[in-house]
Formats: sequence, C-alpha cells, structure tokens
Amino acid sequence: MTGTKFMGYRRENGSVGVRNRVVILPLDDLSNAAAEGVAKLIDGTIALPHPYGRLQFGEDLELLFRTLIGTGSNPNVAACIVIGIEPNWTNRVVEGIAKTGKPVAGFAIERYGDLKVIEMASRKAIEFVQYATELQKEECDISELVVSIKCGESDTTSGLASNPSIGNAVDRLVDMGVTVLFGETSELTGGEHLVAARCATPEVREQFMQSFKSYSDFIISQGVDLCGSQPTEGNIAGGLTTIEEKALGNIQKIGKRAMIQGVLQPAEAPKGKGLWYMETSSAGAEAVTLFAAGGSVLHFFTTGQGNIVGNPIIPVIKISANPVTVSTMSEHIDVDLTGLLRREMDLDGAGTAILDMFIRTLNGRYTCAEALSHKEFILTKLYRSA
Amino acid sequence: MEKFFVHDKRDTVGVAVADIQAGETVTGWVMEDNSIVSVKALSDIKLGHKIALKDIAKGETVIKYGEPIGKTVAPIAKGEHVHVHNLKTARW
Repeated sequence: MTGTKFMGYRRENGSVGVRNRVVILPLDDLSNAAAEGVAKLIDGTIALPHPYGRLQFGEDLELLFRTLIGTGSNPNVAACIVIGIEPNWTNRVVEGIAKTGKPVAGFAIERYGDLKVIEMASRKAIEFVQYATELQKEECDISELVVSIKCGESDTTSGLASNPSIGNAVDRLVDMGVTVLFGETSELTGGEHLVAARCATPEVREQFMQSFKSYSDFIISQGVDLCGSQPTEGNIAGGLTTIEEKALGNIQKIGKRAMIQGVLQPAEAPKGKGLWYMETSSAGAEAVTLFAAGGSVLHFFTTGQGNIVGNPIIPVIKISANPVTVSTMSEHIDVDLTGLLRREMDLDGAGTAILDMFIRTLNGRYTCAEALSHKEFILTKLYRSA
Repeated sequence: MEKFFVHDKRDTVGVAVADIQAGETVTGWVMEDNSIVSVKALSDIKLGHKIALKDIAKGETVIKYGEPIGKTVAPIAKGEHVHVHNLKTARW
C-alpha cells in the first residue's frame, strides 16, 4: 500500500469526509414529496426519502432521531436541509446536525404547503450547493476515517475467500489508526463466543453478550423457522446451510488481531479508534444506513451470490470471490478475488487489492454501486408506531 | 487442481470451489495445514456447496471452521452433498 494520505473534505468539526453531498432530508414520510421536489430542482442535491417518522415513540423514536441526525452529521455531507410536516421534530434534527458546525436549515410544511416550502428550501439549497462546490479537498490521513464492514447474499466463497480478505485488510487498517464498525447481530449466531473472545475488556464482552442475547431471544420468541430468511434463499442457493455456518464465515471479516473496543447502539458514533461492534440488523441496506449514521464514510461489502446494495451518502466497495457472480454481475463488483479459489492469490495479496481500491475510492473513484445509482436509505424500525 | 477447500483439519465437510460430478475422485486443500485430501464424490456438488469428508450418522454435529455448524437430520455418506436436506441449525 502506497502511503496513507489522500485528498478528502475536512469538515467544520475536524471530521474527514470522502464525498461532498448536499442532502435534502425528510423528517417523515409526508415530507418525501417536498424533499424530492427540491432535489429535482436544484442540481447537486440528493433527497433521502423514507417511509417513517410519524407516531413513533420511545426507543424506536430515539433511533429515528439518532439515524436522521447521524446521517446529516456524516462527514460526507457538506450541508443539509431538513423538511418535516411540523416544526418541533424538524428542529430537533436541525439542532442535532448543527452541532457539527456545518450549514443546516429546516423547513416545516404546515401553514405553508409543499409549494412554498419547496421554493424556500430550494433557495437555501442553492446557497448550500454553492458553498459545497467551492470547498477544496485537502490532504488527509486515513487514520482520520471511520469505515464499516458487512457482507450480503453470502455463500461459502465469502467465508473461504472474500471475508478473510476483508479481515486481512481490517487488521491492517486498525494498525494504521482507522476506525472500523461491524454489526449484523443475528449473523454472529454460532460464532458469538469467538467475537466475545475478541472484546478488549470484560465490560465490553458483557455488553456484547447482552446485545447478542437480547437480539437472539427476540428471534427465538417469534417461534418460527428462519430457514430462507436467515440464511436467505440466496445464501442457501450458494451452499450455506445453517446460521452457524453463515456466522462463522461472516466473522472472518473482523480479522485475527484487532480487539473490539466497545458496543454501540444502532446509529451511535464510536467513542474512539479501532474496531467497534454496533447492534444492527443483518439486512444490507439497513445495516449500511446505520453505519453511515454512526459516522462511517465508506463501506466494504463482500458478497458471494451478488448483493448489489449501495448508499446515498457513502461509497460501498463491492468485493467477491465467486467466479460465477464476478462474471455474470461484473458491473457490480469493484474488487475481484476469484484468484483465491484458484490458489493464484493469497490473503495478503487479496487484502492489498482491497486497500488499493479503498485509496482509489477515497480519492474520488466512483464505486460500482455509485455509478449504478444505488442509493438505498433504509431506516431500522424497532416496533409498531402508536 | 483442488476442487474443494477445507478450512480446518477437524472439519467433517469441505467446500467445492469448482463444480464436482458424481463418481469423480476429487482432491481438496486443507487450508489450516496445507495438506491435501482426496474423496470420491457420490453426488453432483456445485461450486460453493459442501461435500462430506467422512460418514456422518443422523443426529451428529457437523464441523466446519473447526466449529459446530448444525446437526444432521439424515445419515450422510462420505462423498455426499451436505445441505438443507440433511443438515439443520442447532440454534433456532
């Protein structure tokens, strides 16, 4: 790997981003139309429509706020406009994002209507786009970055090849001072003892096992056979049979050396450097959305059968070692590790290939998911609304 | 060329890294100690799918990565395809 510097965007609070988005963020389902209206009018903005934000309460509402504030606060976001149906919850998100020091403004639709709000928000969006487009990239160190890892539509090639290659890269990234987030709570089932053994302190281990057990108890309480869901039908087609087998392949991604520094709530930002566990769903778009809300600026995504997920604010680097997937879905795969299955490549070489693509992506190369307009912004909902 | 890989020498299954035909005698690479093993395939086994490396009785635990990955729900002969028809999770 040649050097650890790259050209990035240093934000007002010192955090470092690798993209420069101007986001139009709806607070709730009702405000999607206005947010998308602004994004259609003003070039260089992106709307993040989603289906929630009404009558949520308790822990589920806190997660909504944490996810929306975290998304707007992400270092890849230069400026953010929040649009909600009413001003109170809208302002709560605006104030949360404003703590980063970046430009943020909120608009509420009640008493104005969509058309007036679209006009007001569009005038502000022009200001924000002009602000963002004048920002200059500067030399940053990769140790200033938060990144995340997750696999999807895994098969046995994931556990054999692409996931241990990510593990190789993660050990090296953590050595270089990068902060790495992982999660996929249900998908640690069968390998949770191995994750627990990697926790840095007994307190972290206890918190991890509590998080794992509570998620696991919830799944078991439903009293259903998860075969086809976890593992997915795609996993099964690829040869994965049980959750234990899938989990043991999954946890190859956390490498062999890096110790887990702490346990994060969904969408919570890490409190220091190194490897961090976040409680998340194992569904690709939900987990990547939560990692981005926790501050990840780039995601490494390994796939066996060909998960095609992307994200609107962070680049998702897609990595596969399955030769059928790489040949039939080549437009989705950034890093081809099929040489591992032919024994033409080793894990160090594969880790280096991933890190090379990492640096190219930091410096601006569009990932396959970005080029293909994959912008999945999927909120995690914990339970029914009131 | 090795047509299957084995993660750990304690494993009772290997993973096909190329399509395997029934009746074929195939060699596999044990990643842990770099040794080579050989098995006669009794079923067609597609890339990514598992081949039994020994006879496994019904109700026995299958080992991969040196760890349990579930219990058999049917007896499995050495060389047979191991998947959802004869192996289930022991967890959910």
